[in-house]
Amino acid sequence: MRTKIVLLAAAIAATHGLVASAATGIPGDWQHWSAEVEINNLASRQRGARNFMSYCSGCHSIKYLRYSRLAKDLDIAPEQLQKFLLPPDAKSSDYMTTSMLASDGAAWFGTAPPDLSLITRSKGADYVYRFLKTFYLDPGKPSGVNNLALEGTAMPHVLSSLQGLQSAVFRNEEIAGEGGEPVTVKTWEKFQLDVPGTLSAAEYDQFVGDLINFLQYAGEPAQVDRQKLGVWVVLFLLVFTLLAYLLKREYWRDVR
Amino acid sequence: MATATGSSTSAPKSKGLLGWIDERLPVSQFVHDHLTGYYAPKNFNFWYYFGSLALLVFVLQIFTGIFLTMHYKPSELAAFDSVEYIMREVEYGWLIRYMHSTGASAFFIVVYLHMARAFLYGSYKRPRELLWLIGMLIYLALMAEAFMGYVLPWGNMSFWGAQVIVNLFGTIPVVGPGLVEWIRGDFGIGDATLNRFFSFHVIAIPFALAMLIVLHLAALHTTGSNNPDGVEIKKNKDKNGLPVDGIPFHPYYTVKDIVGVGVFLTLFAIVVFFTPTLGGLFLEKPNFEPANALSTPEHIAPVWYFTAFYAILRAVPDQQMGALLMLLAVVAFFFMPWLDRAKNNSMRYRGTLSKVHLGMFFVTFIVLSYLGLQPAEGVYVLLARIFTTLYFAYFLLLPFISKADGNGPVPERVTYHAH
Repeated sequence: MRTKIVLLAAAIAATHGLVASAATGIPGDWQHWSAEVEINNLASRQRGARNFMSYCSGCHSIKYLRYSRLAKDLDIAPEQLQKFLLPPDAKSSDYMTTSMLASDGAAWFGTAPPDLSLITRSKGADYVYRFLKTFYLDPGKPSGVNNLALEGTAMPHVLSSLQGLQSAVFRNEEIAGEGGEPVTVKTWEKFQLDVPGTLSAAEYDQFVGDLINFLQYAGEPAQVDRQKLGVWVVLFLLVFTLLAYLLKREYWRDVR
Repeated sequence: MATATGSSTSAPKSKGLLGWIDERLPVSQFVHDHLTGYYAPKNFNFWYYFGSLALLVFVLQIFTGIFLTMHYKPSELAAFDSVEYIMREVEYGWLIRYMHSTGASAFFIVVYLHMARAFLYGSYKRPRELLWLIGMLIYLALMAEAFMGYVLPWGNMSFWGAQVIVNLFGTIPVVGPGLVEWIRGDFGIGDATLNRFFSFHVIAIPFALAMLIVLHLAALHTTGSNNPDGVEIKKNKDKNGLPVDGIPFHPYYTVKDIVGVGVFLTLFAIVVFFTPTLGGLFLEKPNFEPANALSTPEHIAPVWYFTAFYAILRAVPDQQMGALLMLLAVVAFFFMPWLDRAKNNSMRYRGTLSKVHLGMFFVTFIVLSYLGLQPAEGVYVLLARIFTTLYFAYFLLLPFISKADGNGPVPERVTYHAH
């Protein structure tokens, strides 16, 4: 028994070690950045929808979401939808597709820009946050930029006019590799803003945060309703359980 | 009909409509035999909720499944989209789907606890061997049902999980490769596979499950329930021929089980409404990407309820041996009634050695389940090998430990303190 507990502890300790090293990309503090999703912040989701339509929808679709559903869920009036969000040729009942053909995308970028309906569900909101924050200048790439979260990404830094262009400072760190021999690992240290954008760092963070709140919503439009309904269901079940318990206690009085 | 508890009483005669029906269909007699006149030991504890809860989850899965089937499309091209359609456009589709996906995990949770109860109190022992074997067939059917259901959303983990599991049949000598092709219905996992899995998932296996559950209950009501003390209540009857330590299932255990249902549904609702993916444990992240034969997920792992066996499979370097060992790990359960040679049923009246032995087995199962979720590299492989050895050691040592250590004195009556 005792050996088992020791082994279990070893197993748990080992996981924690592995999780840090198994994350993809160039290691560094950025791997711990977190998106801090506020799914109940309606204003943020609205801004995120605007951001998405202005900067992302040219290449990326949200093919499972209709504009009308978006307007209903985000409290956007039909006139506002028409004026600010709806593409000129689209009906409000249309799905949020993109006008870029997948074949064109593949020809221009090497790979078709993915649909973003479920991106926060398949990769996680934190991943999207890190991806949008860690573009850095890399003259070796066709787009001139690279990304810490997705090394060699085909996506150009579409938001560079907002964030500006930053270069990455790396340092080489020696760690013990397999067999105890030291291995040199390229580690990210910090970013250096070379060309400032129109937004400050805090404003850009807010911009990305809004976008992620919106994408998080788009991944599961029912989730706000789900949590609201859940409170009532759980309250009902607690009362039900209490009554059931009192009934049981009454019946079991005669069991000796 | 003589019931489990030895009472061969008949139901009171009814008049009116019920009387008319009873003359043509033994409704009252059935209710008497299986509910109001069926005597169960009065000392059931926490572990005795999970049989009725398993039945509840089965019914939930059938009902939510019926509604999912109305909107789901079993086609390579439409399956993933149709699941998102259910999640977004079908009225309360998200609720139905989350209840079904959470229900799958809940089913295994209650079944594992139900099985743990049998280990704790020797419920598989004579005269309940058939009851246990039928239960094990239910477990096997449930595994097949869960596996095929997991493939239906046609996410990337569905696809690669199916790939790994179906290929296991390829390790069978001589017939293996042909068998794999026969199962898939194609040279690769594809539309044909999805269609047949759908057919099995919604018709064949649920039907088999329903029949096995009826047999399980019929066997239970023939022998009567075991109890935490493992002593036969039938040995101690009053002058009316009713067991002194028994109480009618209805109303006593129906009202008690309803409390269990309330607690269970509360926990169930918390998952469904507030954390339906349970951090990737109940719904895995890669399954929110459509199936893609060109992109393998970083770690292919089945859902948590299979990972103990998956860890055993991966612990062996040779795939054929691994598959064989995994099969053995499941089959070993079938032999429990004969591996356990103790005189006493319940762990309460066995020695410390038996208790530690069983406790270690529970820990082993949990650790293996955890290891199966981790990548097969580094220290995990070593740990998986150690715990695989411990897993089989449980079954191999059981005949000796139970024989030596399970013969202490047992009480005449069950222990029960009125509240």
